[in-house]
Amino acid sequence: MIATPLRHALLALALLTSPAASLAAPASGEGAVRTVEIVAHRFEFTPGEITLEVGQRARLRLSSQDVTHGFYMKALGIDATIEPGRVTEVEVTPAAPGRYTVICDHYCGSGHGGMKMTIVVR
Amino acid sequence: MANEIDRRTFLRVAGLSLGAGALYQVAPALAGGLADGEGGDVAEAQRRANGEAVTPFTFVQLSDTHVGFSGPPNPTGTRAFERAVELVNRLERPPELVLFTGDLTHDSDQPGEPEARLRRFQEIAGRLKVTERHVVPGEHDAAADGGVRFRGVFGPTSYAFDHRGVHFVALDNVSRARPEVGPELRAWLRRDLARFSPTTPIVLFTHRPLFDLKPEWEWFTADGDEVMRILAPFENVTVLYGHIHREDRHDLGHARHLAARSLIFAFPDPVTAAEKVPARFDPARPFHGLGLRLLERGAAAGGRLDAREVELTLRERSGTEGFAQLLRPTSL
Repeated sequence: MIATPLRHALLALALLTSPAASLAAPASGEGAVRTVEIVAHRFEFTPGEITLEVGQRARLRLSSQDVTHGFYMKALGIDATIEPGRVTEVEVTPAAPGRYTVICDHYCGSGHGGMKMTIVVR
Repeated sequence: MANEIDRRTFLRVAGLSLGAGALYQVAPALAGGLADGEGGDVAEAQRRANGEAVTPFTFVQLSDTHVGFSGPPNPTGTRAFERAVELVNRLERPPELVLFTGDLTHDSDQPGEPEARLRRFQEIAGRLKVTERHVVPGEHDAAADGGVRFRGVFGPTSYAFDHRGVHFVALDNVSRARPEVGPELRAWLRRDLARFSPTTPIVLFTHRPLFDLKPEWEWFTADGDEVMRILAPFENVTVLYGHIHREDRHDLGHARHLAARSLIFAFPDPVTAAEKVPARFDPARPFHGLGLRLLERGAAAGGRLDAREVELTLRERSGTEGFAQLLRPTSL
């Protein structure tokens, strides 16, 4: 496992270089942030689809009901680990419309390969 | 050009899929009878540079046997794997090595079952009439426990060895639970390769693709680019992988990436398919998608290698008469 600070640094780099997302600004504009709760459990994310707006900063609050899961979507610069018993927050500001498939990239069992959700950006 | 056969062509690992895996021929120019003249000159130069000249040999890649899998995409269990073993044993030119590129077993939460499946894999793989068998884990073998059980049976999940002038590297990109090799193993790889000259042929075998083939299907390795940067100084690199349950060929710089089919079920074309769903099982053609591509030396001059596509069928390849007979234990 990549150490958490390193993963955060890599994520920040990915966000900065991603064509579909930009790094969220510091917390000065808290009122504009949209918060979405996402729950992971073997082998689904709930909800299975969310919609975000281009240019709108969103905070995804990720939690697990069972085991450790991943939350990965390269084009949006999202790369997080969801540990059970704690909430993991990911901020994203989508830069381009589209349908983005987020996968669990932390092996969680035999159905792991099909664990995914969709972020619609419009 | 001083030689008609340049160094890279000479040393290329000619990889062609066996459907049931893949058959590779190393230094086909030498196998074509060109050991003298230009080919011999290159071989001698290699021997001086690397300490050992490349000499012809064949090997086979088998992948994604998923021993223990049970479900609609393939109700025949290990039959395709066993069929592949029979076929390899019947090859006119026996391979010297057989490499397994992961997902040897399908995982299970049932106590004792993962170990039982590893033993079953060993029993079937043990029927191969080859001197050397080498394995790397897939995520179904090793991701759940960090590779503990796998190492208990097979030893290290990453290792290297030399064979007839070719350096082979088994690289684990599954045991960290995420699709990645990790900094420790990348450092090990850098140290392992440090003693070789850039002309040494490298065959790296792993489970997941080391490039972004289809990230939304988890067909990637997060630090694959860093691994390939370590391999960049080498002129002849072949990366063999599995995981995607279908053939694929991808040339990146000096490296050729080749995937072998699965022995359990096929996944669809990632370019055209919307979803990663296994191909539907066809009782009339239970091995459909698990056919063969044999690499053979053609009759033409120059040792050119020809590929012959062979799809496994019950009648032609197994002597059985149909799906019902295939499922009878005595049919094997």
